[in-house]
Amino acid sequence: MSEQDTSIGAPAKRKEDGRFLTGRGRYTDDIDLHGQVYAYFLRSPHAHARINGIDTTQALQAPGVLAVFTGNDLAEDGVGGLPCGWQITDVNGEPMKEPPHPPLAQGKVRYVGDHVAVIIAETYYQAKDAAELVDVDYEMLDAVVSPAAALEPGKALVHDDVPNNQCYVWELGDKAATDDAFAKAAHVTRLDLVNNRLIPNAIEPRAAVASYSQGEDHYTLYTTSQNPHVIRLLMSAFVLNLPEHKVRVVAPDVGGGFGSKIFHYAEEAVLTWASRKVGRPIKWTAERMESFMSDAHGRDHVTHAELALDENGKFLGMRVDTKANMGAYLSTFASSVPTILYATLLAGQYTTPTIYCQVSAAFTNTAPVDAYRGAGRPEATYVVERLVNAAARETGVDPADLRRRNFIPKEAFPYQTPVALNYDVGDYDATLTEAMRIADVDGFEARRQEAQQRGKYRGLGYSTYIEACGLAPSNIAGALGARAGLYEAGEVRLHPTGKVTVFTGSHSHGQGHETTFAQIVASRLGVPFDDVEVVHGDTDRIAFGMGTYGSRSLAVGGSALMKALDKVIDKSRKIAAHMLEASEADIEYDNGVFRVAGTDKSLTTAEIAFSAYVPHNYPLEQLEPGLDESAFYDPTNFTYPAGSHICEVEVDPDTGKVRIVNFTAVDDFGNVINPMIVEGQVHGGLAQGIGQALLERCVYDADSGQLVTGTYMDYTMPRADDLPSFKVGTKNTPCTHNPLGVKGCGEAGAIGSPPAVIDAIIDALSSLGVTHIDMPATPARVWEAIHKANASRAA
Amino acid sequence: MNVSMTVNGETVSGDVDPRTLLVEFLRDHLELTGTHVGCDTGQCGACTVHVDGRAVKSCSMLAAQAGGADVTTIEGLANGGGELHPMQAAFREHHGLQCGFCTPGMVMAAVDLVKNFPNASDETIREQLEGNICRCTGYENIVRAVKTGAANMGGR
Repeated sequence: MSEQDTSIGAPAKRKEDGRFLTGRGRYTDDIDLHGQVYAYFLRSPHAHARINGIDTTQALQAPGVLAVFTGNDLAEDGVGGLPCGWQITDVNGEPMKEPPHPPLAQGKVRYVGDHVAVIIAETYYQAKDAAELVDVDYEMLDAVVSPAAALEPGKALVHDDVPNNQCYVWELGDKAATDDAFAKAAHVTRLDLVNNRLIPNAIEPRAAVASYSQGEDHYTLYTTSQNPHVIRLLMSAFVLNLPEHKVRVVAPDVGGGFGSKIFHYAEEAVLTWASRKVGRPIKWTAERMESFMSDAHGRDHVTHAELALDENGKFLGMRVDTKANMGAYLSTFASSVPTILYATLLAGQYTTPTIYCQVSAAFTNTAPVDAYRGAGRPEATYVVERLVNAAARETGVDPADLRRRNFIPKEAFPYQTPVALNYDVGDYDATLTEAMRIADVDGFEARRQEAQQRGKYRGLGYSTYIEACGLAPSNIAGALGARAGLYEAGEVRLHPTGKVTVFTGSHSHGQGHETTFAQIVASRLGVPFDDVEVVHGDTDRIAFGMGTYGSRSLAVGGSALMKALDKVIDKSRKIAAHMLEASEADIEYDNGVFRVAGTDKSLTTAEIAFSAYVPHNYPLEQLEPGLDESAFYDPTNFTYPAGSHICEVEVDPDTGKVRIVNFTAVDDFGNVINPMIVEGQVHGGLAQGIGQALLERCVYDADSGQLVTGTYMDYTMPRADDLPSFKVGTKNTPCTHNPLGVKGCGEAGAIGSPPAVIDAIIDALSSLGVTHIDMPATPARVWEAIHKANASRAA
Repeated sequence: MNVSMTVNGETVSGDVDPRTLLVEFLRDHLELTGTHVGCDTGQCGACTVHVDGRAVKSCSMLAAQAGGADVTTIEGLANGGGELHPMQAAFREHHGLQCGFCTPGMVMAAVDLVKNFPNASDETIREQLEGNICRCTGYENIVRAVKTGAANMGGR
């Protein structure tokens, strides 16, 4: 296997694939513990109701049932609510409204799928059958589901003590300066936009197995998490009040996350608590309908946005007013998504000198809304790029030309935006030029005419996006309300035989860290790739970790490993100097060989590792034995991946069906460790972005609050025949502030692509008078837009 | 009730609740956890196995219905000896998997696809994989993998 090139920059085949391809992965639902019993969660069938009583008598008598617990049982035991990790401060200087989030409902249920009781039985079917015997006395209440409706006065209150369902009103930017810019504008573009609500839908449903060892007074929780240490911290410190060192959380192989497995969920805490109560390990695996109802959802913004331009097409200012849905309770990072991760991105790739954004966050009778691939940045990119495309159309300027007039020039970095970020490096013209070349923009007009002859409408859409990744400098995050640090931890352990185990606080659930991180470590230490194993996902094996989200694993987790590697090499150099009887300054290190400069006296990394563990000839008076170094890395800035996406569509006016005939993405990710994996990440992100633009939409009934799109029959997941073949490229400028020069690539596709798709559809139909279409651009919506435009032209 | 069948070449049997699904029998009774459950409604295809040589979603079939059948799961696809089946190898070669959860079902569906369409075009591959959802890869590399896998299977 090791004949392949595994150096940094090589498309090394993945280490993890061997087990995944042969059915030997170990996901949470694959884990069975001795004596294990099963949990079934009884969930609310109503969007909003008062609970007047719960009678569990009959359920407790059902076959196989060990216990039934409700919110009262947890409260009596002092179990706390699920915490939110980010405090947003309101425009009035007040903290956001943070109503309690009990793991099992107390007093009221607030969304369809809210947790009412847990039934624990010898088998899953026994628990599920017994749930039907739990008698809940519900008093139905009116429900609110859209953020705009929820904020209107007089609506039903999701939390009785949160007036107007308003979690916070938050602002960023200089309002007066922005208003001045609009007063001077030669042209103002105005748009009303909906960023459609999405359900993340990792194919592995959430699952957990919890156990308690009485002998050791110790808990173990296996869970489908992107960040097991964060779950341990939140659960032990805030919910269950357990000593953190008495809790082990393991996130083994995890079948996709996309943000939805960052958060601390009720099931994790309830199972851990109940495992001690019943004295047996307890397992729970979500059915897909439970995933639809109770995984945190994404997006769900309603926005009015305006862009002011001068007579030359230079952007003068941007004004954005957004209503964001929080759902029924604040999930772990919910409050930061439509604020810190959103408004700060509104400068995009442009020199817009002044920007003002106001965000009103609403509680509704829907599942909690939190980070989903991109988290705030896709919403910002959709606003900025739809505005730019509309402005180009309205002013008659070519969309690429309008962008180039407003790009931050590559000489201008570092660049301070008016919305708090300091971009370190980039070359936006280079990615746009390359994307236009690959997309054959020059040949588009001929293709449009050819399609026209077949009765089809072709359109070309652009998106030149930026994202802030590598979350995050802890001091900046803290100043903005984060209740945690956002560094990462890593450890590089050389064994006496020269083999290497790497421990990382990052978590891989598809990203291929076991390969990418091994490439870095093997290259830096000059040891064989096959001699390096990467361990992640276990709080007992890894010192600490903040986990994987926000495209942070390589930029932050990889940087922590680089720091640990530096320590290993520094110590090795001292050992080599002693063993080779030279001064430390004379030791040169290159690719696993420590050499006395100008001589043939040398030692390999493996020889030094052996000596460190068998220290017979060793500087014991100066150095400890062993070769095992750890490091924490806290980034000094965000990273700023950026790129250009160009979408070409063909629309059938008779059916409204949109076919993507060409999709090009050229990205700047900084240095690339494994281009094969990077390309795969881009593909996956594009699929989710195109899914949002054309197919996916979570719908709650506006009156009843019932989840209408609660199965794969109703919620349109992108399938192989829905998507085009992608053309991807890179034009990289290395990040200036981390040791690998990397930026992150996991979210780019989902961030950049939606406005390119929608713009392509509008471009295709602009000759018919269509100026706007909402996501998802389903055939019905496109057909309706065509016919509305026809009707208004006829009138 | 008692069911028996051949799984990956071995005769197996077990006492099961009549409502036991084939996937539950494979996972819970035989501990063949390579076959995954993604949706329990026959939509996602993660549970795809071969029953008497045809791809079947094992969440949509009772264990009792598979009585006497010849079942192959992802664990039994390769011929032993550490060699991957050509389709498994092609998925590795083309990075046709990320989190790995849909992968067993995807590979089993792909092997069945090649039997029915030995020289499938990209378009046919995409159509034929319509019953298997992958949330990670965007399908691009899966299509590449299936083409290579098909070529290396020699139409088998």
